[in-house]
Amino acid sequence: MNGPGTLSRRSPARGVLARRVSRGAVSRLAGALPVPAGWAAARLLVERNAVAYRHRWTAIVSGFFEPVFYLFSLGVGIGALVGAVEVGGERVDYAAFVAPALLAASAMNGAVFDSTINVFFKLKYARLYDTVLATPLVPRDIALGEITWALARGVLYAAAFLVVMALAGVVRSWWAVLALPAAVLIGVAFAGVGFAATTFMRSWQDFDLVQLAVLPMFLFAATFYPLSTYPEAVRPLVQVTPLYHGVALTRGLALGQLTPGLLLHVLYLTLMAVLGLAVAVRRLERLLLR
Amino acid sequence: MPSTSPSAPVDTLTARGPGADRWSFARLGSAVGLRGPLRAFGYWLVSYRRTWRGTVVSSFLSPLLYLGAMGFGLGTLVDGNDAGGRLDGVPYAAFLAPGVLAATAMQTAVGESTYPVMGAMKWHRQYHAMLAAPLGVVDLLLGHLAFVLFRVLVSAVGFVLVGAVLGAFTSPWVLAAIPVTLLCGAAHASPVMAYAVRQEGDGGFTVLFRFGLVPMFLFAGTFFPVDQLPAVLRPLAWATPLWHATTLCRGLSLGGLDALPAAGHLGYLALWAAAGLWLALRCYRRRLLP
Amino acid sequence: MTEEGSPGADLGDALIRARGLTKRFGEFVAVDGIDVEVRRGEAFGFLGPNGAGKSSTMRMIGCVSPRSGGELTVLGLDPRTDAARIKARLGVVPQRDTLDEELTVLENLVVYARYFGLPRSVARARAAELLAFAQLTERAESLVEPLSGGMKRRLTIARSLVNSPEILLLDEPTTGLDPQARHLLWDRLFRLKRQGVTLVLTTHYMDEAEQLCDRLVVMDDGRIVAEGSPRALVERWCTREVVELRFPDEDHAPFAAKVGGLADRIETLPDRLLLYVDDGEAVAEAVHLRGLRPMSALVRRGTLEDVFLRLTGRSLVD
Repeated sequence: MNGPGTLSRRSPARGVLARRVSRGAVSRLAGALPVPAGWAAARLLVERNAVAYRHRWTAIVSGFFEPVFYLFSLGVGIGALVGAVEVGGERVDYAAFVAPALLAASAMNGAVFDSTINVFFKLKYARLYDTVLATPLVPRDIALGEITWALARGVLYAAAFLVVMALAGVVRSWWAVLALPAAVLIGVAFAGVGFAATTFMRSWQDFDLVQLAVLPMFLFAATFYPLSTYPEAVRPLVQVTPLYHGVALTRGLALGQLTPGLLLHVLYLTLMAVLGLAVAVRRLERLLLR
Repeated sequence: MPSTSPSAPVDTLTARGPGADRWSFARLGSAVGLRGPLRAFGYWLVSYRRTWRGTVVSSFLSPLLYLGAMGFGLGTLVDGNDAGGRLDGVPYAAFLAPGVLAATAMQTAVGESTYPVMGAMKWHRQYHAMLAAPLGVVDLLLGHLAFVLFRVLVSAVGFVLVGAVLGAFTSPWVLAAIPVTLLCGAAHASPVMAYAVRQEGDGGFTVLFRFGLVPMFLFAGTFFPVDQLPAVLRPLAWATPLWHATTLCRGLSLGGLDALPAAGHLGYLALWAAAGLWLALRCYRRRLLP
Repeated sequence: MTEEGSPGADLGDALIRARGLTKRFGEFVAVDGIDVEVRRGEAFGFLGPNGAGKSSTMRMIGCVSPRSGGELTVLGLDPRTDAARIKARLGVVPQRDTLDEELTVLENLVVYARYFGLPRSVARARAAELLAFAQLTERAESLVEPLSGGMKRRLTIARSLVNSPEILLLDEPTTGLDPQARHLLWDRLFRLKRQGVTLVLTTHYMDEAEQLCDRLVVMDDGRIVAEGSPRALVERWCTREVVELRFPDEDHAPFAAKVGGLADRIETLPDRLLLYVDDGEAVAEAVHLRGLRPMSALVRRGTLEDVFLRLTGRSLVD
């Protein structure tokens, strides 16, 4: 006997779900807020992605090398051309100056990649989310799950990169440990907005627009040289970009230059994350529950 | 029954759209014995008319952004530091521009010979359609390579023009660097096409990009002289075709290129192109005519 | 007439109940106020051509499409407020296979079971059972991509059973499959039905509806135009036999006049005439006696296809 009727009708799934659903007001409140209150179900999507990545673990491992290559190219090669850079009244080695920026930029790149191209593929081509919605998961779980996954990868890379930074001798303060949660925050902020943007995409051609937003930020958001390099009039333009805040935050922590201004960066990125997630969840519901 | 004869796809390949007659590839090609490759080239060109917009960012805007951020932005720091005496007084933007020119040729060539080749083999199966028409493996390989080089040419010409306007190229000799970018493109595209036609999924491309393309971009002389690498790594950089192309482009753009080394660099690139083509032909034959 | 659903009978056992159920997309009305009742243990079908509103109805029942109007309860719960609880007890086989191509056959089942909150060990045991049920045990470690269409469909059905659903929703379960794969699939569905699973399916194949459904509704243009068992529907809306006549002419209309009086009803299709009669052989002979020489004369029994033609004036499959 191998049919479905042979298993008890009272499957364990139902117990779990009944508990989950019966939270009533609490779960309704959690449903309205894009916070990890309903994380239990979102976790299952993370698990799915982990299983899928078992088949392509090389992609995960190799992803770690890119920022390291950048660090050595910029630190060893360009650093020798640049010499020292003045930041916050101190002169620091170019490698020490650029390393935290690379940490921030790679957190952005990873989050954007995961939340745009990967999500678009699952949404429109693999139709993974239609499948998932046939199960007790709801759109909010999908958004949370994908963003959690992007973060899990981000944390892995950021931690590894921090270790490389420390080994390369470009970490100057114990505050640098806080660059890890900072990288996570950068990741959530970009993943949220990336996911929200993806729900508006119609075809792969639209991803050139993503590239158009990400590449100039990567190059111009005071990543490779201090903000003071720009003429006074241009600076505010740089300062409104989210990566600028990410870079300034990780750089301040890695160099041990703590100023109240760092809180402003945290606030900016937090607002961006909340807004991005809220739009992503709402749009996903509209897209999937037609 | 002309409409159902097996030769019908030929007409759709070369005569799609009213503009095809004007180009008259078939007529031009048959005069010089390149009828087949030109027909295949014609197909890619026609299909590019629908997708060219998406390539503006990657092959035109992105090198300019690199030139702007690194050449002119970071350049102020490099020039202020007198490049630590390592660039012989050349402004960093002038040093960087020919490097970006060669690197863009590489990137465009590799980009156009990875996913599009696997797609033509596995997904959209244009190769099979061409084989069903009276085109041979050599025709479709050369035709596709010709299209890749066409893309390299367009982006190189665009970059040289804008670079000259921005003052990064000052010598008219930079025009001679354009044919060099074509050779650079062929040296990279042909071995990559051999690799791409054998891929079953895109995992192999991730490895190629992360361990081939990105390190070459970062270490083979685009951003700083290879002499600055640790002594053990220098031979690796010298072995890359990109370094030879960069050296040629830089020598032409800044002056001071001697004939004998130039011939050596050209010969090395030609060797890569020829060996790659031989390999590609073998791989194409094996995949398409099993 | 035996199984006509009379309102008020057996309401306690209605697993799905819709009253005036409506779905609108902007101006377009996909489902136009339908009344449906599905009872425990039966195989219930929505028969109709593409665009009749079948899939929209299924999506509403599956809690992935909010209704625009009317009432709907599934397992006694409202999809608007209890989607997760309802979905925990449903199995869904979508129209297009949406298997996870990044996973193996086995992983597809295990991961899907995990979405329902099954513990890993239970999920694995369940997946093994279902692989056997779907006759895919040998392909457990294979990726999904190289599977045949029939295998993918069986895997999709196996996947929909991981949570031991009380109701199985099947949207066009055999569209695109070859005849052999279809029969294999029908056999699996019969087994499920015997085990007490309630089947709800949509189809535009009348043979599928006749094979599988205890009861069905015929849908057209978002509305239900008839309801009953396949047999009752044929008895009510069609004659026992049908004679199909093909003439060598482009236009069959003139021949319709010439066979007038021989049948209860005559339908003129672009390529043939349909004569609705009780004794096909006799009528075919009578046609011959009138001096008409069709290229072919086929006598067959009445089907749901004829019912649909009668009710809507159109064919199911075009």
